[in-house]
Amino acid sequence: MIPADPIRERFGIDRARARDVRVLVMTGYGLNCEAETAAAFARLGASPEIRHVGDVLEGGDDVLRPYPILAFIGGFSFGDHIASGRVFANRLRFRLGDRLARHIDEGGLAIGICNGFQTLVKLGALPAVGRAPGGGLARQQVSLVDNDRLGYRDAWVRLRFDPESPCVFTKGLEGLTLDLPSRHGEGKMVFADAASQAAIEAAHLIPARYVDEAGAATERWPDNPSGSPGGAAGLCDPSGRIFGLMPHPEAYLDPENHPRWRAQLAAGTLPPVGLGLHVLAGGVRAVIDGR
Amino acid sequence: MPVFRLEIEARSGLVDAAGEATARRLRSFLGIDARVRTRRVYLLDLEIDEGEAATILDNLVDPIAEIGALGMLADQAAGEAAPWLLSVGLRPGVTDSVGRSVHRAAEDCLGRPLAGEVYTATLYRLWGVGREAVERAAAELLYNPLIERLRIEESPRALDLAVPRAGSSRPPAVAEVPLGAADDAELERISRAGMLALTLAEMRAIQAHFAGLGRDPTDAELECIAQTWSEHCKHKIFASPIDYVDPAGARRRIDRGLFRATIRGATEAVAAARRAAGVDPEGAPFLVSVFHDNAGVVRFTDEDHLVYKVETHNSPSALDPYGGAMTGIVGVNRDVLGTGLGAECLTNVWGYCLGDPAHAVGLPPGLMHPRRIRDGVHHGVIDGGNQSGIPYSRGFELFDRRYLGKPLVYCGTVGVMPARVGGRLGEVKRIAAGDLVVMVGGRIGKDGIHGATFSSVELDESSPVQAVQIGDPITQKMMADFLDEARALGLSSGLTDNGAGGLSSSVGEMAQATGGAEIDLAVAPLKYPGLQPWEILISEAQERMSVAVPPASLDAFMALARRREVEATVLGRFTTSGRLVVRHGEALVCDLELEFLHEGVPLPTLSARWSPPARTLSSPGEVAAAFAARSPGALLLELIGSLNLASNEALARRYDHEVKGLSVVKPWVGVRQDVPATATVMRVRHGRPEGIVLAEGIHPHYSDVDTEAMATAAVDEAVRRVICAGARVDRLAALDNFCWPDPIVSAKTPDGEHKLAQLVRCCEGLRAACEAFGVPLISGKDSMKNDANLGGVKISIPPTLLISVIGQMEDVRRALDLTPLAAGDRVALVGITRDELGEAEAARQLGLVIDAVPRTDLAAAAARYRAFAGARDAGYVRSAHALGRGGLAIALAHMTLAGELGLDLRIDGVGEGTLGDAAILFGESTGRIVLTCRPGDAAAIEAALGGHGLAWLGEVAPPRAGGGWLRVARRGEALIDVDAAALRARFQGGEL
Repeated sequence: MIPADPIRERFGIDRARARDVRVLVMTGYGLNCEAETAAAFARLGASPEIRHVGDVLEGGDDVLRPYPILAFIGGFSFGDHIASGRVFANRLRFRLGDRLARHIDEGGLAIGICNGFQTLVKLGALPAVGRAPGGGLARQQVSLVDNDRLGYRDAWVRLRFDPESPCVFTKGLEGLTLDLPSRHGEGKMVFADAASQAAIEAAHLIPARYVDEAGAATERWPDNPSGSPGGAAGLCDPSGRIFGLMPHPEAYLDPENHPRWRAQLAAGTLPPVGLGLHVLAGGVRAVIDGR
Repeated sequence: MPVFRLEIEARSGLVDAAGEATARRLRSFLGIDARVRTRRVYLLDLEIDEGEAATILDNLVDPIAEIGALGMLADQAAGEAAPWLLSVGLRPGVTDSVGRSVHRAAEDCLGRPLAGEVYTATLYRLWGVGREAVERAAAELLYNPLIERLRIEESPRALDLAVPRAGSSRPPAVAEVPLGAADDAELERISRAGMLALTLAEMRAIQAHFAGLGRDPTDAELECIAQTWSEHCKHKIFASPIDYVDPAGARRRIDRGLFRATIRGATEAVAAARRAAGVDPEGAPFLVSVFHDNAGVVRFTDEDHLVYKVETHNSPSALDPYGGAMTGIVGVNRDVLGTGLGAECLTNVWGYCLGDPAHAVGLPPGLMHPRRIRDGVHHGVIDGGNQSGIPYSRGFELFDRRYLGKPLVYCGTVGVMPARVGGRLGEVKRIAAGDLVVMVGGRIGKDGIHGATFSSVELDESSPVQAVQIGDPITQKMMADFLDEARALGLSSGLTDNGAGGLSSSVGEMAQATGGAEIDLAVAPLKYPGLQPWEILISEAQERMSVAVPPASLDAFMALARRREVEATVLGRFTTSGRLVVRHGEALVCDLELEFLHEGVPLPTLSARWSPPARTLSSPGEVAAAFAARSPGALLLELIGSLNLASNEALARRYDHEVKGLSVVKPWVGVRQDVPATATVMRVRHGRPEGIVLAEGIHPHYSDVDTEAMATAAVDEAVRRVICAGARVDRLAALDNFCWPDPIVSAKTPDGEHKLAQLVRCCEGLRAACEAFGVPLISGKDSMKNDANLGGVKISIPPTLLISVIGQMEDVRRALDLTPLAAGDRVALVGITRDELGEAEAARQLGLVIDAVPRTDLAAAAARYRAFAGARDAGYVRSAHALGRGGLAIALAHMTLAGELGLDLRIDGVGEGTLGDAAILFGESTGRIVLTCRPGDAAAIEAALGGHGLAWLGEVAPPRAGGGWLRVARRGEALIDVDAAALRARFQGGEL
């Protein structure tokens, strides 16, 4: 009997083919989710490599080239002093900006989670509306600010995904409600103005939204931990290959990470793998399928 | 070099988190109703020009969410009233971690290193209040004069470019302390004046030692000895012989001291019993490293050991709750980082014993309000833990008015240590003579000088900065990541934390490995100039570790440190001279024999006599009347909303508990994840099934009757909790944390003999419990001076023992929690319920003084837990909860809230027929577990646990109107009949 392969069944990933998908997991400077992010990609069959950001910055012109996926992980880069992700984003802009822009231009993927999302936003990599290839990184267009209910909070939230979004990471999640842990104090999305917000909405660049028990996008606490408008929990760029979100898919990599796993086990609904892997699987699949 | 001032704030219309939080606290803490906006102020004292300052500003301000100005932003919008301006910055030399990040950011912007400093401040703008309220807001909430500078003014204001540059141009000098001719009074004066906390006998021993050498000690030598011999470092009360008169009046002598006789004694007895029973495979004992390193180490898997340490940081947290508590957590993290060849931090635990945060009247002068202490302590440990990327697993708060004087702040860390690093054992430091002494991490300042000694002397208010250290979690995180890499590359041969006593302790301790060390303080990196050699030697400035590096690895070690932006400095080398030799350039600062330093402290014989103060007990009639005055259901609702039993979930969720992605049973469980877990479970490595189980026991109120009952109850509860969640019975280890009022008899402490007798009984109870349960003590800590003497009022904490247990599971997928899972399941109570309402939460709440505290039949409990674990491992138990504070009623309430199902129960089978309802429902008899099982497994449960006080209580039932409910009847009559919604409203209503 061939043992069941939940990664293939759940996520449509052939682990043998996924092996060639190298994922650069950058850490250091107070970032701290490298182990679970790497473990999550490895679980999908991909080949994550944890490298210190300092070594990446000092790397050559082609330092990002071997990696179809860049992972900007969670943590407190430089303590989130000044504002979340600010010091780190500046350092990346000054010292890795050109190489990042080329990675994006050449069809590379990137996912930013929590602090990584905040960093990508402050770097201008998200949502990068109207950015022309070859033109370097865009200017910062949105921001992530203090939650309406103040302070950091660790609690699970529900997400639903926009089926019309170009985001490659959330493909296959349409119609699903995904539970994930949310752990941040600065996750409320703010836009430069109404026109900018409308353009982002119209292009379906908000692939993930917080939803209530009935599955409707919500601005109400605690279902929406920040008060983010329209329940916005993440952003992608117009290519769909750059994606960031506040909740932590990499922290739901085992079924037992779910707060109700014992009840799921009793009810016979415990999944064979952590469902947070769904979000990362979209990226791995996109690379395999050459999207 | 001009100073440039930057001001940044949230764009109008956006939430100003700090401002809102401040306004809310002002309202709820002080009744001050103000509108508050905050502004971040950065003072750039760097080698830059105005254009460069503008560039830095541009890069710091969020273009979407913030506005900023070089100089000053307008204090009010057009048409807005002029606000009060309250500016809070740090005092000279106080760690400014935000300033450090801005400094880094400025260097990144300009692409060059910048000499100088960045200083940060917060500018509060307040409307709707007068000067008096602003001054009160500062004094009682926003400003701590120990560490901060304050400026209050009305708009308009002048540009303030003053920066708190630290340091002096005083040249370093070494002074001799003239001990030779000093008489006893002079010796005592020298100790007191120097904040050395050395007793007369100790001063005489030092005098005699130097007389033998024919010279006087230097200031640094005396300081070094004082740190090493401090109660904090040497645990003299636990080491000294004791003459003890027990409660029966029998006199005996504990020659070896309490530590050897009871703590180590218990662990040795457990180890011997394991050997005799052949529990562990040959060559793989459970106990890997205990008592001699920074933290205890036990065996886990073939690849990994577990490391565990819990610390207290009480005195610093009383002075500066935020900084003191943060230093507590990042400090205990360093203990784990510095164990053996180094370990990784896996998870944190915290627990605070505090005064009532709603305390209204009669606060002795000089004490910070317990609400402010609570707020600051949480905030400090939250920032320290979250920013270090370490999740918390356990957290508790316990309140009693006697913690007003000294809050107890427990911070602990579990670590994971590779069993082998290269070919070497992970737990063994292999320092060789010739290895270099390298200091890594933060720089040295005056912070925390005398931290190890000041807990036993009065705070010197003329040198406040010295008493308090402030943590910088990011500097530490970067250091920890670097040390992890360096260890994996095999670049270091050992390391230890620079905690209490600073370099004098860390180098002094490591020097014992080779028999000597020699260092030069002139090369040590300082935060600012002007430190004297003795200050450099004993400073407890944070985020530093001392690492032993073999010469062959030095270049690689230093290069890696540079790449990781971690400061590393070679201070000297390890030798075989038998001496700790410290120079400052050419000057000899310290030349001490290690033997004298570590073994020379004279130990007095202490006196202990059991002589408890009289208690005015409530009469049986009073007890009966108090319980009869309300129904058990009403009392349950009162209790679950009371300070010691109410939820603190809103606070606890500000601590990360999921980073690393290893959590299995989280701190909060149930349908709504709002019930505190009996014990928590987490994996240790991704992709592996093994896990750890954590819980604790703490019952200081029982110590009012008998500290032995406190000790056995604490061990019992911690053990029982982890067993409920799935821990193996044969792989448990415990930590002991003693916090005591001063137990040495003196004019200040006339009842010292009894307090020491309480310690003796506590230790003996602890030993008995550990032996009975087969639980070794692998690490511990004592804090023995928890009294406050202010304004003629003495407040002493109750003797408090915290027991923290770490258990192990082979497969976390078999973990249990307290949540009932299905209607129809049976509910049972296991264990013996007695008439033990003494110092129970319910009794204290009703103002009853009862002596019958819970007593633990240790042998019966141990047998019961083995039987329970057997039934559990056979799969017969579906959920389990340990009864603790609040007794059966509170445990059932937790299960009701967690399951959102009905619990339809009868207590007719519990205890003997004569036992009162109150004793059954609210008594806190130890050793008891409530479990649920499938109806079909009831017979198997009966067979396994029938001989262990099994009583069937009833069934899990469907929800009522969509929610959970609890009905408890006796003799057919409902004593409790309450909905989960009502319980939840009370449970969560107590939150501040």
